[in-house]
Amino acid sequence: MERTINIKVKVWRQAGPKAKGHFETYALENISTDSSFLEMLDVLNEKLISERQEPVVFDHDCREGICGMCSLYINGHPHGPDSEITTCQLHMRKFKDGDTITVEPWRSAAFPVIKDLMVDRRAYDKIIQAGGFVSVNTGGVPDANAIPIPKRDADLAMDAASCIGCGACAAACKNGSAMLFVAAKVSQLALLPQGKVEAAARAKAMVAKMDELGFGNCTNTGACAAECPKCVSLSNIARLNREYLCAKMKD
Amino acid sequence: METIKVSEQIITPQDAKIPEGPLAEKWTNYKAHQKLVNPANKRRLDVIVVGTGLAGASAAASLAEMGFNVLNFCIQDSPRRAHSIAAQGGINAAKNYQNDGDSVYRLFYDTIKGGDYRAREANVYRLAEVANSIIDQCVAQGVPFAREYGGLLDNRSFGGAQVSRTFYAKGQTGQQLLLGAYSALSRQVGKGKVKLYSRYEMLDVVVIDGRARGIIARNLVTGRVERFFAHAVVVGTGGYGNAFFLSTNAMASNGSAALQCYKKGAYFANPCYAQIHPTCIPVHGEFQSKLTLMSESLRNDGRIWVPKKLEDAKALQAGKLQGRDIPEEDRDYYLERRYPAFGNLVPRDVASRAAKERCDAGFGVNSTGLAVFLDFSDAIKRLGRDVVAAKYGNLFQMYEKIVDVDPYENPMMIFPAIHYTMGGIWVDYELQTSIKGLFCIGEANFSDHGANRLGASALMQGLADGYFVLPYTIQNYLSDQIAVPRMSTDLPEFAAAEQAINDKINKLMSIQGKRSVDSIHRELGLVMWDFVGMGRNAEGLRTALTKIKEVKKEFWSNVFIPGQAEGVNVELEKALRLADFIEIGELMARDALHREESCGGHFREEFQTPEGEALRQDDKFAYAACWKYNGDDQEPTMIKEPLDYEFVTRQTRNYKA
Repeated sequence: MERTINIKVKVWRQAGPKAKGHFETYALENISTDSSFLEMLDVLNEKLISERQEPVVFDHDCREGICGMCSLYINGHPHGPDSEITTCQLHMRKFKDGDTITVEPWRSAAFPVIKDLMVDRRAYDKIIQAGGFVSVNTGGVPDANAIPIPKRDADLAMDAASCIGCGACAAACKNGSAMLFVAAKVSQLALLPQGKVEAAARAKAMVAKMDELGFGNCTNTGACAAECPKCVSLSNIARLNREYLCAKMKD
Repeated sequence: METIKVSEQIITPQDAKIPEGPLAEKWTNYKAHQKLVNPANKRRLDVIVVGTGLAGASAAASLAEMGFNVLNFCIQDSPRRAHSIAAQGGINAAKNYQNDGDSVYRLFYDTIKGGDYRAREANVYRLAEVANSIIDQCVAQGVPFAREYGGLLDNRSFGGAQVSRTFYAKGQTGQQLLLGAYSALSRQVGKGKVKLYSRYEMLDVVVIDGRARGIIARNLVTGRVERFFAHAVVVGTGGYGNAFFLSTNAMASNGSAALQCYKKGAYFANPCYAQIHPTCIPVHGEFQSKLTLMSESLRNDGRIWVPKKLEDAKALQAGKLQGRDIPEEDRDYYLERRYPAFGNLVPRDVASRAAKERCDAGFGVNSTGLAVFLDFSDAIKRLGRDVVAAKYGNLFQMYEKIVDVDPYENPMMIFPAIHYTMGGIWVDYELQTSIKGLFCIGEANFSDHGANRLGASALMQGLADGYFVLPYTIQNYLSDQIAVPRMSTDLPEFAAAEQAINDKINKLMSIQGKRSVDSIHRELGLVMWDFVGMGRNAEGLRTALTKIKEVKKEFWSNVFIPGQAEGVNVELEKALRLADFIEIGELMARDALHREESCGGHFREEFQTPEGEALRQDDKFAYAACWKYNGDDQEPTMIKEPLDYEFVTRQTRNYKA
């Protein structure tokens, strides 16, 4: 049932990467509980624009939980208090009348703030560029059914591949580690015969790039998997560790 | 109707570079005789690819693998965000793994029929022909398609086909295919063969001596307008559905790159062909920012219905009854009733119109009266909840998070929404636009879907263009360019294009009116939905043209953009896109007004059969309408490309028997 609530949002404002940031609190009235969290921010921005102020900058695109563009720390949780969803799928019915909602950008040394709530996540692209692929060119590949793949392996690979690269795992980690992100890609490809060939080299290259880019180490706290909007499992990190150790032993 | 400028000149098959020979041999003949570029020369040639969706990413990766230097632009922070990622259901190919009688010809035939006989035969045949290679390629990249227990690939059915030819990866097929293309692209970025420009937006194409030689793009972080040279420019920037404000497109999806190509002389073909997808979550409030699609794959097992009795519909609208309260005998499964042969799997345009027809008659099932049920109770009974959850679990979860209703317990409510645009920049068989050296791929071009696109064909076309067509055909052009040295971006054509952009930005910033960009965009969207939406007529389209002019005037005199042109300014980005959506909206209405027939997604109420089916006028409108820009405030000229079918016979589409 649609209701409306009155809330306060305490938002991180930061003019640029080098500028000093601060929290700003805005009061919003009559927010429909059927609206999404980002639609609430749209309402805030319309209000700011009508007051001739600059709107709050935040990343968003598909607004259906798949592109990985939206981010935000909401009340201390990446993608907010609800589970298994991204910020754009969070709805205002999860909040109560009179709530003050704190909204911050991802906090990770590897994801510097660009403006307000928008951060630079190109570090994740660089990790993929270091080895998150199967080295095949277009054309000249075998028939798709030439190599049967056990359904279990294909399903596990699909679960790992459901990562949307949003950065919540690194943002949630007290060490700022990107292990779950790296593990998801390493696992997906290591589980499939097509990716198995390069599995060792891939694990080494991606981990080395992750370290180089300033992400922290993994201490198995599990915060990443707990906050992952796509429920990418911690067991992927175990698989990454196995691939990585085997590769290093062979060196 | 108003007189429109129709060119005496027509576009012939020779102009469109359709190869000679029987249908099935055209592409082979083309490849056998086209010109190629040798490896040493490839290194000396630069290609700009704008967009990193399925078409853009696969093209950029493939061109770089071949040895060209690629400059690849994306509007988001990463190529992986492109809106192809949101495609749910699947990708078609004629593998015939199910042994159900599929073939390249049948995929071609279904696609051209699905497009209501308004696509080019040779292009569609080629699409069907290369589709199988796409599946092979994706599997080789590690795309985790769904498999059967024996380890082989699984398939499902989509609208407009009687075979199971759709490959899928849960309800996230677009994501997995895009991540495959993204990984291939990333590999080339790592090797230095692709230079990636993220958070850049193309604002113009630079034409020198009649050839595309580069682009002007704005760095969305610094706000700087920058110049880029290349020997050829490829635009793969998707569709223009966001002209309707509310659509299933992502927030940043826009038609600006295509419109700038049009303004520089590229023809814009069939702008009125927009696809209205039948299964979206209904509109629910004034604050709403976008519409969410529920995959067509749901129609494999879900049954669509409204109540038979008007009083039941009224009780549902008032919230006094829920879907599950209506007994079986009082339900009208109207698609199964009207189209027994295809049932719930009729093509999208047919399903959308049928939903509108029932809701217009008062049988809508939600508070606005603009929704129908998509019901899984039969499937749950037949297959069990676990099987249904395994097939559609993520879609059910998405629905529940948005609507707060559990679809396992109560039927989903759905309604049609703008989803895809079949119209776009005109291209020849080589995917080259009417400007030499400017190519257009994926949804941004017009070529393969005619007046209606079948489900699971967008992913097929995007990847066909990017992996298997453009990397060949662009060489036929570039082979003549090997002696052309890299040009300086100080040339007057670059300077003039940049100046025009800066003037436009300054003009927008200085209006300092009272309206936000979104409030004006919403107004445009309402005009588009009311008059250029699912049911169109001459009077409504004339009203739309008048109202769009008013919106344009309001925009250019009363928009307010806070902040500066330097640095991140999201309102400025949106304003630049809206300026172009307004012009696209006008072009859509103009094209829809001229096309006095109903075909595919274009339904003119004046042209329907007594049963309410689309009535084509093949004697008058069997052509692609290609609009040529004549300057601001000038009427565009329409050039016809006759679609003479050599190999298939046009029929009235029949999904009844």
